[in-house]
Amino acid sequence: MKDGSIIKVSGPLILAKGLKGTKIYDLVYVGNAKLFGEVVEIRGSIYSIQVYEETEGTQPGELVYSTNEPFMAELGPGLIGSIFDGIQRPLPALRRESGDFMLKGSKLSPLDREKKYDFCPLVKIDDKVIPGDILGTVKESNLISHKIMVPFGINGTVVEISAVEATIDTTIVKIDSGTEVFSISMCQKWPIRQPRRVSKKMRPQEPLVTGQRVIDMFFPVVKGGTACVPGPFGSGKTVVQHQLAKWSDADIIVYIGCGERGNEMADVLLELPELKDPKSGESLMERTILIANTSNMPVAAREASISTGITIAEYYRDMGYSVAVMADSTSRWAEAMREMSGRLQEMPGDEGFPSYLGSRLAAFYERSGNVICIGSDKRKGSISIIGAVSPPGGDLSEPVTQETLRVVKVFWGLDDKLAYQRHFPAINWITSYSLYHDIVDEYAAINVSPNWKEIRRKAMELLKREADLEELIRFVGVDTLSDNDRLIMEVSRMIREDFLRQNAFDSIDTYTSLEKEHLILDLIIYYFHKANEALKSNVELGRIFQIPSRENIARSELIPEDRLFQFPDIKIEIKNEINELIS
Amino acid sequence: MFVEDINGVAYGELTEIILESGETRHGTVIEVGEGLALVQVFEGTRGISTENVKVKFLAKGVEIGVAPDIVGRIFNGSGELIDGGPPLIPKKRLNIHGHPINPYARDYPDEFIQTGISAIDGMNPLVRGQKLPIFSGSGLPHSALAAQIARQAKVFKSNDGFAVVFAAIGITFDEADYFISEFKKTGAIERAVLFINLASDPSIERLSIPRMALTVAEYLAFELDMHVLVIMSDMSNYCEALKEISAARKEVPGRRGYPGYLYTDLSTIYERAGRIKGKRGSITQIPILTMPEDDKTHPIPDLTGYITEGQIILDRGFNSAEIYPPIDVLPSLSRLKDKGIGEGKTREDHADLLNQLYYAYARGKNAKEIAVVIGESALSPEDILFVNFSDRFENEFICQGRDVNRTVEDSLNLGWKLLSELPKKELKRVRPEYIEKYYQKVIK
Ligand SMILES: Nc1ncnc2c1ncn2[C@@H]1O[C@H](COP(=O)(O)OP(=O)(O)OP(=O)(O)O)[C@@H](O)[C@H]1O
Ligand SMILES: [Mg+2]
Repeated sequence: MKDGSIIKVSGPLILAKGLKGTKIYDLVYVGNAKLFGEVVEIRGSIYSIQVYEETEGTQPGELVYSTNEPFMAELGPGLIGSIFDGIQRPLPALRRESGDFMLKGSKLSPLDREKKYDFCPLVKIDDKVIPGDILGTVKESNLISHKIMVPFGINGTVVEISAVEATIDTTIVKIDSGTEVFSISMCQKWPIRQPRRVSKKMRPQEPLVTGQRVIDMFFPVVKGGTACVPGPFGSGKTVVQHQLAKWSDADIIVYIGCGERGNEMADVLLELPELKDPKSGESLMERTILIANTSNMPVAAREASISTGITIAEYYRDMGYSVAVMADSTSRWAEAMREMSGRLQEMPGDEGFPSYLGSRLAAFYERSGNVICIGSDKRKGSISIIGAVSPPGGDLSEPVTQETLRVVKVFWGLDDKLAYQRHFPAINWITSYSLYHDIVDEYAAINVSPNWKEIRRKAMELLKREADLEELIRFVGVDTLSDNDRLIMEVSRMIREDFLRQNAFDSIDTYTSLEKEHLILDLIIYYFHKANEALKSNVELGRIFQIPSRENIARSELIPEDRLFQFPDIKIEIKNEINELIS
Repeated sequence: MFVEDINGVAYGELTEIILESGETRHGTVIEVGEGLALVQVFEGTRGISTENVKVKFLAKGVEIGVAPDIVGRIFNGSGELIDGGPPLIPKKRLNIHGHPINPYARDYPDEFIQTGISAIDGMNPLVRGQKLPIFSGSGLPHSALAAQIARQAKVFKSNDGFAVVFAAIGITFDEADYFISEFKKTGAIERAVLFINLASDPSIERLSIPRMALTVAEYLAFELDMHVLVIMSDMSNYCEALKEISAARKEVPGRRGYPGYLYTDLSTIYERAGRIKGKRGSITQIPILTMPEDDKTHPIPDLTGYITEGQIILDRGFNSAEIYPPIDVLPSLSRLKDKGIGEGKTREDHADLLNQLYYAYARGKNAKEIAVVIGESALSPEDILFVNFSDRFENEFICQGRDVNRTVEDSLNLGWKLLSELPKKELKRVRPEYIEKYYQKVIK
């Protein structure tokens, strides 16, 4: 391995020579400012380096320093509650060091090296351990107990344990493999481009409950599953991602702001600490890790941000947690690849994207899953990935959307027409789909209500029927509709207005439990059945629409979670009022 | 332009090109190899021969000198003063590319700016530190609207310093003159910094002019604690200039011939709006762009919309119907409104009312479309109420004069007045307590 020198600078791409021994994907420091870079191509003696920082001021002839190591994420206690850029530099520390604006050439350790953690060992001297075994725990936040695991590649016998308050660099356990004694600290490193290993992948089993009615009921995602949310600008992708980061019932959230707005990250940073986890009552920041590489930050670091984020997610999955990863937006990630590929003068594919776009996207989503982790206790962990897609002009036929749809199992199609009417979340109920209904129906039948599936299907049938009727009205007007059809239209409107629509900015409406989701929809479907009965007995439709309890159905979304006992009363009201009309 | 036999030249470095005639042009290094640099010339390469040209590398990037008394001055696209006033003695020189704001240093924008325009204040409120573009078309009154906002903008409970930075990017003399005379009329010129690149000026200057303007804005906002409103017109000309240069460099084009990095490039302009924790000042951006063929999915408006925090869209139909401002409120959006409105900021009912107005207007317009096809008789009695509502909404709420400055209270009351024509049970998006308080109550 040798240091080299720059021969050409072209934006984030630098060509260098003389780096003999340096491998592809190795990390290098470029130029006098020692900018972070990664070798992305080697042609003969010419090394192409993608530089993660602004290259203005860099000259040919400056040196390039090899590290002989790929770019690695640093993993250990202190990740929770952090905010990093795409190459895992801690933004708060960076601000302390270099001010409000991002200057280049700052090298900062991702984790706090001074802070001491109380290590509680779970192994004894002479225990045999294999990779993934839990050596002990550290209380990382009020919600998360951080498991210190035997790093990959180390097998042996525990020969020394120091149960002390220690920094992440201190040796806490020594393991004798027979040929070598390894000193283990609380911190490990992992190359971000390489998926961490698992024992076995399994079929997902549980819903990822998001508290968003249209999602949980109609287009659910599961722990270990994948979903994408494409839509034109302003249709609500980021709000959906934020809502999931806030309310979904994963243990850990990794939120990757990839090439999007600075203010959106500020928003998350401001809100999460204030919000309480519905289950534990603890601040939501206690389970969250943020990666913020905004649109105006270097594109190579944007490209890396996705891998950095998913590597951190895998690390917590390995501890046995369920992790949910939000990536906003995978299109910006793809564009970063396109930009680097263009500079490397690779053969462009569709719309200038590199030909490996599809395989990179697939490899990313493939890092999700419900798994048995490595380690002898066979604990389970999962990663769910929810990726936003920003198609140019909202046109879903473009390559990023298409390649994404080939791999993900849930599609939440955002519709600008709905957004214009401020029907949010603007998830189109006709075009969207989820391939996880079986798993969720099975779960909900046991844990929520036996008729979960039935009312879901009934409601969707009504919505589809409504869409057809609307087409019809466009040609012939409402006059021609039968009373039955009018009832369908009215009840569908109720489903849209009182169930699907959900205001993210209302303190109660922002989150709905599965129980409550079921109760609201059940009321509406119940009303439909009763109304049908009334129609059969020749009650005039207008009178059915005007029963006073309709008001209560409409407002039921605002019934607080601890007052769900009010629902049966509303049902009784509906029953009594309609029965009265019939008699 | 390629320059040979060089040594010690850095990427991004500023250069001076001295022609045989003695004329000096400027450029920056956009690619540098051993002994060879590719220089982009701001004033264009026309008339540069390969001989007898001297190129000086200035060992620094493109900079602009700033000082507190920069306020009130007028510059051209190469950063030279053109107002005939005394030279500016710079306190410091700043690289016009600036640096990205550390996302952790950002403070979330939440101070409501009253623009006096109902379609904005009522429906798409603007806050300090937001970037809210106007998507327009040729011949639409975007300049009048931007000037009206600059004139009427007001923040409650604040006496901090205020400045306007205006960047004319390839617009006609008339348009630029309109802004200048508007600023003069209202005295705003005293608090303004102007950068002027006209349609007849070199197009390559259009790439640096917004950056110069924003560098000055950052200086005023984050070093001198001012609230700066940056108006940039027309960003489409900026994008065209970028496209030209990309084509000249034979880069692989992205959609419709625009470079693949247009999004990233634009973000390095738009993301320079905002607020910073612990700093008093702010930068609010109102970029103006004309949509080619009024097409919102064209890459220029599309990529802008993907970066900015909403958009105000002007509509040709409204303009012909003499509705001013011709704001098409349905596709318009302000993303930062939520923390800028409500009790203590505007009024408690604002968020609900806004949602209700959107719903009612969309429903009315939708019913109207159906009526156009099959006749009004086919509408239900309720739908007819909504159609009437949407007509009045356009003519009374959206439409207001060029000099009419409504308080936000007036705008909200007007909204209630129109909603009061609809049956109460249809107002599902408003909390009952607000219906109680405002429905059919505030009749003025
Ligand atoms: N569930 C919701 N409840 C209320 N308002 C919403 C909801 N979802 C979206 N909105 C509104 O829509 C606006 C745009 O949403 P968002 O920022 O998520 O769009 P986006 O699809 O991420 O756009 P871009 O691609 O430009 O980032 C928000 O600022 C908010 O006003
Ligand atoms: Mg977004």
